[in-house]
Amino acid sequence: MVVEAGHFALALALGLSLIQFVVPLWGARANDPVLMTVAPAGALAVFACIAFAFLALTFAYLNSDFSVLNVYQNSHSAKPLIYKISGVWGNHEGSMLLWVLILALFGAVVAASRNSIPMRLQANTLAVQAAVTIAFLLFILTTSNPFTRVIPAPVEGQDLNPLLQDLGLAIHPPLLYIGYVGFSISFAFACAALIDGRIDAVWARIVRPWTLGAWAFLTLGIAMGSYWAYYELGWGGWWFWDPVENASLMPWLAGTALVHSTVVMEKRDALKVWTILLAILTFSLSLLGTFLVRSGVLTSVHSFAVDPERGTFILGILILFIGGSLALFAWRAPMLKQGGLFAPVSREGALVVNNLFLATACATVFIGTLYPLALEVLAGEKISVGAPFFNFTFLPLIVPLLLLIPLGQTLAWKRGNFLGTAQRLFAVFGISLLATMVLFAFTYGGPVAAPLGIGLGVYLVLGSLNEIVTRSWSMGTPLPVAWRKARGLPRSAWGTSIAHAGVGLTVIGIAATAWGVEALGTLKIGERLKGGDYEVRLERIIPRVEANYREDAAVLTVFSSGREIGTLETMKRLYVTRGMPTTEAGILTTGLGQVYASLGEVQADGSVGIRLYHKPLVLLIWIGALVMAAGGALSLTDRRLRIGAPARAKVAPPSAVPAE
Amino acid sequence: MRPVLALVVALMLAGPAFAVQPDEVLKDPSLEKRAREISAGLRCLVCQNQSIDDSDAQLAKDLRLLVRERLVAGDTNDEVENFLVQRYGEFVLLKPAFGAHTVLLWLTPALVLILGGIGAYTAMRRRPKPATASLDEEERKALENLLRRDQGA
Repeated sequence: MVVEAGHFALALALGLSLIQFVVPLWGARANDPVLMTVAPAGALAVFACIAFAFLALTFAYLNSDFSVLNVYQNSHSAKPLIYKISGVWGNHEGSMLLWVLILALFGAVVAASRNSIPMRLQANTLAVQAAVTIAFLLFILTTSNPFTRVIPAPVEGQDLNPLLQDLGLAIHPPLLYIGYVGFSISFAFACAALIDGRIDAVWARIVRPWTLGAWAFLTLGIAMGSYWAYYELGWGGWWFWDPVENASLMPWLAGTALVHSTVVMEKRDALKVWTILLAILTFSLSLLGTFLVRSGVLTSVHSFAVDPERGTFILGILILFIGGSLALFAWRAPMLKQGGLFAPVSREGALVVNNLFLATACATVFIGTLYPLALEVLAGEKISVGAPFFNFTFLPLIVPLLLLIPLGQTLAWKRGNFLGTAQRLFAVFGISLLATMVLFAFTYGGPVAAPLGIGLGVYLVLGSLNEIVTRSWSMGTPLPVAWRKARGLPRSAWGTSIAHAGVGLTVIGIAATAWGVEALGTLKIGERLKGGDYEVRLERIIPRVEANYREDAAVLTVFSSGREIGTLETMKRLYVTRGMPTTEAGILTTGLGQVYASLGEVQADGSVGIRLYHKPLVLLIWIGALVMAAGGALSLTDRRLRIGAPARAKVAPPSAVPAE
Repeated sequence: MRPVLALVVALMLAGPAFAVQPDEVLKDPSLEKRAREISAGLRCLVCQNQSIDDSDAQLAKDLRLLVRERLVAGDTNDEVENFLVQRYGEFVLLKPAFGAHTVLLWLTPALVLILGGIGAYTAMRRRPKPATASLDEEERKALENLLRRDQGA
């Protein structure tokens, strides 16, 4: 009964979305405030309905109601509780429901923040948002209904794909979707500005927190997915340039550009037309990602929706929204007034270069991902575009951009002085160069990429901190005064520095992978395998039987330079219901590095294949991403305070005011 | 979830990952290193976007052995790659060769960067003009008079 109610709520949400689309748009044209206030009310109601539908599906999962086809196909009564919940979005239908739930959630939050957004803008924005909701609700209701029943109801379910029965994957999709779908708000704001033909710094100030928030979540989501792939897939890689990974990287690159261009627009009232275009493109890339993954276009295996009906439907949505918004842009953008002049060498100029490189990097990923598909369709030729292509083209684009970060951050607005800026970074250049040379000398004969990359990372971290230091301290200033000054800097300045330092940390982590060592061996109990300074000894193999799988676990003792530092366990599992084997890597963290082992086949004579890696500083890759997201979040708090919801100002502690 | 789910599916087909087997490794470490380098750039033809170095499929194993055989026979890296391209087509290369059919693929990054750069530069150059609207005849004369008076004083 609850399931049917959920289905009905979803249909009701579709009807309400139609109202939320038509009425406010009319209201904004007719300048009728009563009609415009339908928008926030509608958005809240739509969210309530979709949330109910989502809860209804979750309820079916929790009760293992196998009369629901979706539950039957993706759940099992013996599955742990957490995976019963995450199973809701671990499949096509459920993940699309999560998609619209988050879409509606964002709409509801826009609706709730009625004080900070002008009514017209809010009405238009929510109308555009409703249009997207309508399209995806139609998609779910007509082609991907999660509430379909099976009669007669099976006694037991088919279990969730074992690789998805993991804590990382329980959190990863919601994070990624909040990022992906969050850009729909920037998109809706951009379209609203175009519909109204008006855009100013207020617009940028309203849009920026949404973009920044979505960006931070997408950063977390991608990092989470990357770490999951690293420890779950058992081959120690963390990024594969897989088309589906690229599908999330493209909106991230465009979103990063958008976060930066909205700064220019907000502070200097420049780059308006470009920012609008970028907001449209970013969400278009999110839609493209949805299409790539959901339609089965990535040559079969990559999607679980190999249904041409669904593919065509999403392609239709894609064409409608991308084409529609770009047409709106082409029609309205020339009417937007440009403002804010600046010299080529200035903070604005640096941010333009930033956008240029990010857009090019995004275009590179785009063409590399779609070219093989296009070539096959148009010319019938099959080629592969994989990691070697992306590494070869992406690196030369990203390295100059990284070199520019500290410089751009130090340049003055409007008109900067390049030499003066470079001088302010003199110490940073020096230390990074020194670090590179020292590392190079110590690892002479090893890979050159590692010292160079780490030098670049150090330069980024120091360059970011340098910004805070030079803004709060000069020769002779007593430290307490400098500290007070530093604390008085706007949170967005701190956020920028922290996020950029995070980029540096990730770069160091990536560069250090060049020092990684790998060893392969077939071991009997008591035998050892050596990889670099690390060594493991196979102690025993323990067979276990758990609720929904059985496994062989190999226990390994880890030695570092002959000294015992701990044990790790790597497993070979068989999930009984699906008859599917998986490998669980064993990981021992030593500082920022990891000793990583994965178990191969158990041979007839009792020996087992072991693959051993040592990955120095590898954790920095993900820590850097966390720091980036934290920087974004910190900037957000600054923004909210400045927009000044009245309740906020009261709680703000007086010490936040700089004591200069 | 999308990126990883896809990987999951790819791996399901490929089997649990355990790519290069201990018994495949060549005795000569420099040859083995070259073999690994070449393998990382060759696609496992039956997998989705996996190199033969990462894949556990039988075909990938055969190809790995083939690469090592050719290396032991004294082929250069390029010769090994050409041999495999002749046998399996260009599909086997994860980094496609530059040619008429891949011009757009290879040139897009450079084109976007250059055209975007030119576009941004001209947009920046064009913008200051409205701010410095030129003086009309009357204003110019008035200005000259002022300047002359200043110099005279």
